[in-house]
Amino acid sequence: MSEKLLEIKDLEVIYQTDEETVHAVNGISFDLNAGESIGIVGETGAGKTTTALSILRLLPEKTGIVKAGSITMDGVNLLEVPEVEMRDIYRGERISMIFQDPMTSLNPVLRVGEQIAEALIYHNSDHKTKEQIEKRVEETLELVGIPRARKNDFPHQFSGGMKQRVVIAIALACEPDLLIADEPTTALDVTIQAQVLAMMVELRRKLGTALIMITHDLGIVAQVCDKVAVMYAGELVEKGTVEDIFESDKHHPYTDGLFGSIPNLTVKSARLSPIEGLIPDPTDLPKGCKFSPRCPKCMDICKETPPKEYVDGTHCIACHLFGGKA
Amino acid sequence: MTASNKVPMIETRNLKKYFKVKKSFLHAVDNINLTIDEGKTLGVVGESGCGKSTLGRTILRLLEPTSGEILFNGKDISKLSKAQMREMRKDMQIIFQDPYSSINPRLSVSEIIAEPMIVNKTFKSKDELLRRIDELMEIVGLAERLYNTYPHELDGGRRQRIGVARALALDPKFIVCDEPVSALDVSIQAQILNLLMDLQDNLGLTYMFITHDLSVVKHISTEIAVLYLGQCVEKAPSDELFENPMHPYTKALLSAIPVPSLSMRDKEIKVIKGEVTSPIDPKPGCRFAARCEFATDACLGKDPEFREISPGHFCACPFAEKL
Repeated sequence: MSEKLLEIKDLEVIYQTDEETVHAVNGISFDLNAGESIGIVGETGAGKTTTALSILRLLPEKTGIVKAGSITMDGVNLLEVPEVEMRDIYRGERISMIFQDPMTSLNPVLRVGEQIAEALIYHNSDHKTKEQIEKRVEETLELVGIPRARKNDFPHQFSGGMKQRVVIAIALACEPDLLIADEPTTALDVTIQAQVLAMMVELRRKLGTALIMITHDLGIVAQVCDKVAVMYAGELVEKGTVEDIFESDKHHPYTDGLFGSIPNLTVKSARLSPIEGLIPDPTDLPKGCKFSPRCPKCMDICKETPPKEYVDGTHCIACHLFGGKA
Repeated sequence: MTASNKVPMIETRNLKKYFKVKKSFLHAVDNINLTIDEGKTLGVVGESGCGKSTLGRTILRLLEPTSGEILFNGKDISKLSKAQMREMRKDMQIIFQDPYSSINPRLSVSEIIAEPMIVNKTFKSKDELLRRIDELMEIVGLAERLYNTYPHELDGGRRQRIGVARALALDPKFIVCDEPVSALDVSIQAQILNLLMDLQDNLGLTYMFITHDLSVVKHISTEIAVLYLGQCVEKAPSDELFENPMHPYTKALLSAIPVPSLSMRDKEIKVIKGEVTSPIDPKPGCRFAARCEFATDACLGKDPEFREISPGHFCACPFAEKL
């Protein structure tokens, strides 16, 4: 279980338009072992989805550019793989992705069974027959808790939670090594969210799929993930195991801010302590630490020099507060 | 304030709102009785489709109730004429969920805030109007330089502040907040929640706070009502509901919240099976029975009584004490 499946190193992604350059991802590094799960947490515009799309090389052509860094899967740099190979071997077969909104990621005019079969037919390297594919479709549906008889239904006949299950079934049909889930439960109700999350945890245990869970909900991370990366303005400000993030008392001020913004269910507090201000404009990022304009503990050095990573075992924090000890 | 003990600011009596679909009726709000005291916040929670937004809108008569009464300071407003209702609306406002679609993109920030005051002619001179706009922008924390900007130039948090300012423009007493923070990021969400709570302290507002997010509702509410398929299944003071939930649905809802701490990680989450049943012509009886593990024949046949089990704690489950 400890072999390295995916390694992202100093990844930098920009969106280039005629007028401006958006610095979406600014030099992030993390790795993921086979069967492990990592949660990427951050607010809207932090660059979470861009990171996911660059792994799959699904960035919008021409505007989305990977400027630097590498994404290595089993020793192969995905950024250098020819497009044909990417399509045939990696995308959909070894790595698959679940998108946020199940309502729009299914094709409304195809039966759900056909949509699951689509992936299987395209990635049919071991020459399964029609019957075998059909059987696999049924198995996959049952895996996600949908009766096999419903494979002939259309997406509009399913509820939101059921649609998301279908989307997960499509993603898992080819038994990928890595599953990227981009806010998979944000559009669902809490009780349905609990069902889907419980199912994902169960499936991961069964299939040993590695998982990148993109979310803004720290509660989901605590339940599902082994590792956590906190992202802010295109950078990882803090990463570590779930224990590092949820139990250590050393944190990046941004992570503290995130925790302070969540109403606590067990302690009654009069006021929340939100992070003041807004996420910086990605076309015009601050010079030193990206969080410095909003940071309650900002020092002079923060405004000038980007912080180095402070490392304590598995726990990394990119902040000057801990800088001296690194 | 002495009267507030006797007459609640808002009271609904057997309030019903049915929508006609083909030959049957969709029971969106089905016999709801609740009260909100002056200066307090009633949190209304439930999943999508449980009728919480319909309830909020019916109370403001943005939707006409099918039957039942809505009392505002003891006066039934469900039969008022349009003109009388327009007068009432000065006291009753709403903040909508989506700050992207609920404000007119062709008006500037100041025009949006001015609109309700112009419609209701609540000012004497142009100067007074301008002063009031400045004042409102300051109250909700919008910088003066945004005066002439348009909504598309602003982020969700600032837009929601416009929505709040517009709702406050007529000095209302009661505001329905319909999921005001669901479309916002957590750090921005906390800013808006703090703003709403400060406004309540300073202006003595009464809120009905509709949300699907239980941690938000606990934070802001004095009392919480849990809705399921158009009916109120449990109502209790905020802390009491979280410490001592009685209805099986409330229990399931509480255990479904992902808690940002590792202590809950290995605990088995109680996942309720199945999904919400159809609200179209539901059979009498407990609406939750089909998903409830404790359901017996006693739950079917007639709607369970909404009983006061301990002071202030109401629950519509015949087995509430035993579970």
